[in-house]
Amino acid sequence: MSLARGMRSYLLGLGLAALLTTASFWTATTHVIYGPAIPVAIVVLALAQMGIHLVFFLHITTAPDNTNNVLALAFGILIACLVIFGSLWIMANLNHNMMAAHMASQAL
Amino acid sequence: MNTVALHPQGATDSAGPASRRIIVGYGFWLFLLSDIIMFSAFFATYAVLSGATDGGPTAAQLFDSRNVAVETACLLASSFACGMASLAVGERNQLWTQIALLATGVLGAAFLALEIKEFESLVARGAGPTRSGFLSAFFTLVGCHGLHITAGLLWLGTMMAQFLAKGFRETIRHRFLCFSLFWHALDIIWIAIFSLVYLNGTRV
Repeated sequence: MSLARGMRSYLLGLGLAALLTTASFWTATTHVIYGPAIPVAIVVLALAQMGIHLVFFLHITTAPDNTNNVLALAFGILIACLVIFGSLWIMANLNHNMMAAHMASQAL
Repeated sequence: MNTVALHPQGATDSAGPASRRIIVGYGFWLFLLSDIIMFSAFFATYAVLSGATDGGPTAAQLFDSRNVAVETACLLASSFACGMASLAVGERNQLWTQIALLATGVLGAAFLALEIKEFESLVARGAGPTRSGFLSAFFTLVGCHGLHITAGLLWLGTMMAQFLAKGFRETIRHRFLCFSLFWHALDIIWIAIFSLVYLNGTRV
């Protein structure tokens, strides 16, 4: 990779990441956006920024010499999702089942 | 490796053994992914316990989003400086390599100092890790990231010394490739932390 191309790629990555970070912090403090949509917006912005970092800083691309890295990343994401959403699901279920009878009737 | 023996007909398919650089990067990438999976367990713990404040202070009362913004800027700039160092290493330029690595280190240390200050002020306000399940999970998750940064700073100092003492030989460049992957991956984990812990927590 030539120096100029490398520099352009890092600068582009920095610019996009800074833009998304600013948008994220703005979203969290603004009252312009419909309230319940804000957490979703923050998560989407975070995922987009992670993608930017992966492509421009970690150089995870679709190039042929990168196939193994992409496959490993896909597997890592699968496991991370299983751990996070599996834990949340199980704990929410447990919470529900542990609720005392009078609280359960209140919750209904 | 004797490639002639592997391809007796002189076949010129491109699927020969990958270069050492690709293999080293792949191996370290696997380590980073397992590290990220460990972090995902901490994130799950935090998500489950984030409401368990036991009558104590909540995220919205404790966190200062201005401080988090400065920390985020430090870490992003540090990541960028690390990218500049990779370019300088590619050019075999000792001066710029050292300058970029120094900038990476100073920005990383600034991040760490802000985080330690935040932890101190939390403990001083009686919101230490023993106060509630929420705070235990918070200190575990964010503290673990801080420990990674500390280890990264030690590694960074080692890399600067090795580039100075040994020059740009192949083994050192591969070591630096691993360091830069590590440093950028820590920034990715920080994105998840500032989004899920701080921004979602301080929103009122």
